[in-house]
Amino acid sequence: MRRYLVSRIVQAIVTLWLLTLVAFVMARLSGNPLDVLLDARATEEDRAAMAQVLGLDRSLPVQYAIYLRDVATGDFGTSFKTRRSALSTVMERLPWTLELGTASFLVSVLIAVPIGVVTAVKRDTAIDIAGKVVALFGQSLPTFWLGLMLILLFAVTLGWLPAGGTGSLAHLVLPSITLGWFTVAGIMRLVRSAMLDTLGEEFVVTARAKGLAEPGVVWKHALRNAVIPPLTYAGVVFVALLAGAVVTETVFAWPGVGQLVIEAITFRDFPVIQIIFLLFGAMYIGMNLVVDLLYGWADPRIRLAEGARRR
Amino acid sequence: MSLSAPPPTGTPAMSSIDARTLGAASEFRAPTRPRGQLIELFRRRKILTVPLLVLAAFVAVGLSAPYLAPLSPTETALGMKLTPPAWLDGGVNERPLGTDQLGRDIASRIIHGARLSLLTTLAGIVLSGAVGTALGLLAGYYGAWVDAVVMRVADMTLAVHIYILAIVLAVVWGPGLKNVLLVTVFLLWSRYARQARAEVLSLKEREFVVAARALGVSAPRIMVRHLLPNILASLIVLSTLQVGFVIVLEATLSFLGAGIPPPNPSWGVMVADGRALIASAWWVSTLPGLAILLVVLSVNLVGDAIRDSLDPRLRRL
Repeated sequence: MRRYLVSRIVQAIVTLWLLTLVAFVMARLSGNPLDVLLDARATEEDRAAMAQVLGLDRSLPVQYAIYLRDVATGDFGTSFKTRRSALSTVMERLPWTLELGTASFLVSVLIAVPIGVVTAVKRDTAIDIAGKVVALFGQSLPTFWLGLMLILLFAVTLGWLPAGGTGSLAHLVLPSITLGWFTVAGIMRLVRSAMLDTLGEEFVVTARAKGLAEPGVVWKHALRNAVIPPLTYAGVVFVALLAGAVVTETVFAWPGVGQLVIEAITFRDFPVIQIIFLLFGAMYIGMNLVVDLLYGWADPRIRLAEGARRR
Repeated sequence: MSLSAPPPTGTPAMSSIDARTLGAASEFRAPTRPRGQLIELFRRRKILTVPLLVLAAFVAVGLSAPYLAPLSPTETALGMKLTPPAWLDGGVNERPLGTDQLGRDIASRIIHGARLSLLTTLAGIVLSGAVGTALGLLAGYYGAWVDAVVMRVADMTLAVHIYILAIVLAVVWGPGLKNVLLVTVFLLWSRYARQARAEVLSLKEREFVVAARALGVSAPRIMVRHLLPNILASLIVLSTLQVGFVIVLEATLSFLGAGIPPPNPSWGVMVADGRALIASAWWVSTLPGLAILLVVLSVNLVGDAIRDSLDPRLRRL
């Protein structure tokens, strides 16, 4: 187990390091911040002075080395735009995205789990197909379009809910349905597959033989055991929702990190772009590490196979 | 370990096997034969006919768009701007699905959009498949550090926030097909690489590969002539599962202004065009979005059925 643990953690660190390389190259690719920061009247001396302040006069490898050292020590630099810490610029917006992500996650689970259970119980019937269509809808509807349609129906036509912005719980309803529906199909598939496995288990047969009512068998006995595999992926799903929030935030004018990304790129705000990029990457790598470790802990075959391959 | 083929294992009494036996051995097929299963699947699940017909129509419309579309997808007619669809008050039969804010015919734009979507999706999947399969073959066959490098890079690309990458590329190069394809490959290659690698890992221990190696067949030839044909079927199945994803990705990037630029009739661009008009001229955004929904839902229904039928755990029950 220890060998498996160490190798997984080392892999995660290597992956994260590769990601910093991409973040660095990408931020430098996105244009010269001097063009944005200084106006056309700036002289060569002004440019050189500004470059020196920002550290842009050094060679690229040196810039990367400095950058890597800063990242490792938690210093993400100053936003070119706000002249404040890039980290706090991002952290100010993060709660909005976390709020939207959490609400979307709840919506997603509340739709996906019942569908997963029912489609497993009624396998290969019309109900199974109908349930799958509802779930697959989420993956088939482009997020931006679903958002617009919900606005058209609930904000424009019916006038029940606000079309965008923030301020109340009502503002959260449409964005969270828009974002949450996307992951329904994935969660549903995990639940359905786990339910199919569980329904064939002996303890379910026993529960039925005891004369327990069928709903109790399905929703209590079977589901309780079937939620474990989907649960391990909860973190990964959550990160996917946060990353997908860029589009939803654009459609609903939600002031989260997604909107900040677009502002930062437009302004060539390197430090802010990098920190968001790394933040999402690190969350993704971290969540996958957790899944791997949970599985390695739960299933000895995985860690043994890994150990054998390494040796 | 150097970049050399792993030592052959399980080669008893190689000298007693003559060349003809080896030739026959190289004809061995991997046990996974999805084709027969798929035919059976479509015969059993009659309901899949509906999405299959939708997809056939999508391909047909995409291929014949220039002949099928009644009007030019980009020609503006400001005098006719925001004409509603023909079945609404104010609609005209010459513009069956209405027009957008520049008076362009939405029906013609959707038809040409199908062509654009079809081309982008095909190109994106073929490119991702080629890159991913090549790297997966190398990683699986050589193992050691090649494997480690390929797999870590694969992990890394999955951790990349794809919209940030796409928007940065759009800022650097301007929006265009090139960006869409690059982002698609960036996102999808690792799926092919993983699949190819996993299958090669088990195939390379089998007799026909071991025998080919013993005969002195070069590593590139073993990979292309002996391994690739055996993993191709499953890679094609994998591709069918990516189609819907790529269509939505292209539309989303185009919606964000990081994909196909206007005035091209990308479905995503069309939805974006109508965004500000959602309260007054709903059809501009709604109808192209419906086209995406119809095609992608069909793809996903078929893909989901294929996935289920190939998952032995689900088939057992």
